Amino acid sequence: MNAEPTDAGRRDFLGKAAIVGATVVAPGIVLHAVAEAAPRSEAVSSKVRWGMLIDTTKCADGCRACVDACDQENGLNLQTRPEGEDAKKWDEQRAVWIRKVKVRDNLTGRVTGLPVMCQHCEHPPCVDVCPTGASFRRADGIVMVDRHICIGCRYCMMACPYKARSFIHEAVEDKLTLAPRGKGCVESCTLCVHRLDNGRTTTACQDACTKDGHAAIVFGDLKDPNSPVSKALAQVQSNQIRPELKLDTGVRYHGL
Amino acid sequence: MKKTQFSEWGISSPRYWGLLAFLAAVAGVGGLAALYMEHNGHWLTGMTNQVVWGTPHVFAVFLIVAASGALNVASIGSVFGKKIYKPLAPLSGLLAVTLLIGGLMVLVLDLGRPDRLIVAMTYYNFKSIFAWNIILYTGFMAIVLVYLFTMMERKMNAYAKAVGTFAFVWRLVLTTGTGSIFGFLVAREAYNSALLAPMFIVMSFAFGTAIYILVLMYAFRADNRSLGDIVLFRLKNLLGVFIAGMWYFTLVYHLTNLYITENHDFVAFVLRDGGIYTAAFWLGHIIVGVVIPLGIIYHPVLGQSRRWIAGACAAVILGGLANMYLIIIGGQAFPMTLFPGKTIIESGFYDGVNGLPAAYSPSIPEFLLGLGGVAVALLLTTVGIRMLRFLPASLADEVADPHGGKTAAAH
Repeated sequence: MNAEPTDAGRRDFLGKAAIVGATVVAPGIVLHAVAEAAPRSEAVSSKVRWGMLIDTTKCADGCRACVDACDQENGLNLQTRPEGEDAKKWDEQRAVWIRKVKVRDNLTGRVTGLPVMCQHCEHPPCVDVCPTGASFRRADGIVMVDRHICIGCRYCMMACPYKARSFIHEAVEDKLTLAPRGKGCVESCTLCVHRLDNGRTTTACQDACTKDGHAAIVFGDLKDPNSPVSKALAQVQSNQIRPELKLDTGVRYHGL
Repeated sequence: MKKTQFSEWGISSPRYWGLLAFLAAVAGVGGLAALYMEHNGHWLTGMTNQVVWGTPHVFAVFLIVAASGALNVASIGSVFGKKIYKPLAPLSGLLAVTLLIGGLMVLVLDLGRPDRLIVAMTYYNFKSIFAWNIILYTGFMAIVLVYLFTMMERKMNAYAKAVGTFAFVWRLVLTTGTGSIFGFLVAREAYNSALLAPMFIVMSFAFGTAIYILVLMYAFRADNRSLGDIVLFRLKNLLGVFIAGMWYFTLVYHLTNLYITENHDFVAFVLRDGGIYTAAFWLGHIIVGVVIPLGIIYHPVLGQSRRWIAGACAAVILGGLANMYLIIIGGQAFPMTLFPGKTIIESGFYDGVNGLPAAYSPSIPEFLLGLGGVAVALLLTTVGIRMLRFLPASLADEVADPHGGKTAAAH
């Protein structure tokens, strides 16, 4: 029958196509399997709530180890002042995830130093106001920005009672893979989420503070009574910044 | 009452195209300014991480608020049955749509990622008043367009009242939403007040009516149509009431804050210590925006002069922009209280060290973008009245029925 040569050709084609297809798809499957094998294949759970206690009595005057460590960890030290930009204005525009603040009590004159960053609220105002849902709170308590759907409206920055967020004002030349950032989006402290998702249990600021011998920052799972942070919180008095807003912050302060 | 005749704007072709070219040029410059800012990033603007909303927001919010207010004139005709306002209604609807388009354009072009507009349209967080506003704004445009259709297509006239009422309710909700963008910001002293929603509504009445009167006067004068004193003085008196209402809300807002001890610093900042913001309040909002226009409108001689009435309208607009500047930028510049009872003496992120307000100086591109939005609104209005019959052929006293309300009641 004259149909046979055609069939043979088709068989041949299908065979080749299968080989080509397998060659193309296989690495994807293998890579996918590798990715799946990592511990983060498990969904984030609300059984954990990450948080920290900052002991202001141990926070050293003039020390900015936590700030430098954060900049290093998240690639914020790679920010460069755009050509022609005024130095002072650039200072007001560059992204800051954690800053040192020094306050004096109006009545007693007592001075306290402390680092301030995103407080990872249980009821974050930034999440409430975000029109697209880019500002979100993970089940484990970390408040973050989904940089894929952030439209750069800055309403979260208006709403945050801690001024914890920064807008990226300039084109980003260099960035780290673990903390991708881009012009026109809003960002803030992630509690070093890339570390936690890969099984580590400390933040960069905490490590730096401990390394410098101050150990003013204790980090961990607020829901685990045996975690270092829960134990520390059980022992010392602690406060939230602006507790009257009832946001139930994940970051607490001692001696404030 | 005689049927009102409407006709297209009949100014000479060169004059029309000249006006279009001018407005298009201003809009184009605004577009280029936006492109420049988007391409390079917001570092070119005066905005910082301390003052995150700048001059574009001043223009955008002003235009959006004015848009809902511009619909008043139509609402008074359709919803409240005042016949004298009915011939004025189509232009009112048109301005409501065009001002809104101009305002939204500025707002969108100032986003960090305007290219992601589609994201804003497809991802909604329904707890966000911003998300609600996206729906309120687009809905407003659609409703007003239908409203215009019912007014301008004779067969649909019967539905004008129903659609007009719906549009009126919708616009009240819309301005409540715009005011609530600020009112819902619990963290900042300048905002965090339910009063902002009704305050924005009254401001919208004033701004929208002022813009309406100016556009009406210009369009009629340029086209040699007669605009009688009856219509003009009614609109003028209406504006006077709205200005007084705006002043009342400002008064209550500050009196409330004066009673709340924790807000004393903020009141002092606005009324006394805020430098440029104090000037925006007293000189801009109070003197230019309230005292001067009220003085003109209720003056026995000046209140009868068309030039002075136009001046009063312009003053309301300028004072309104100053007030928006104070609300939006002053509200951010005022240092938010992070630690009640304590003074911040050092900070790596400003935070109002020793009570110092955050710095902001508007940049030229921001200002041009804002002006571009105004130009777009006027451009669309110009094309609208030229192409379609938005303007009544005459509003002379003998045409405009002075006893419209009574006649309507008698029917």
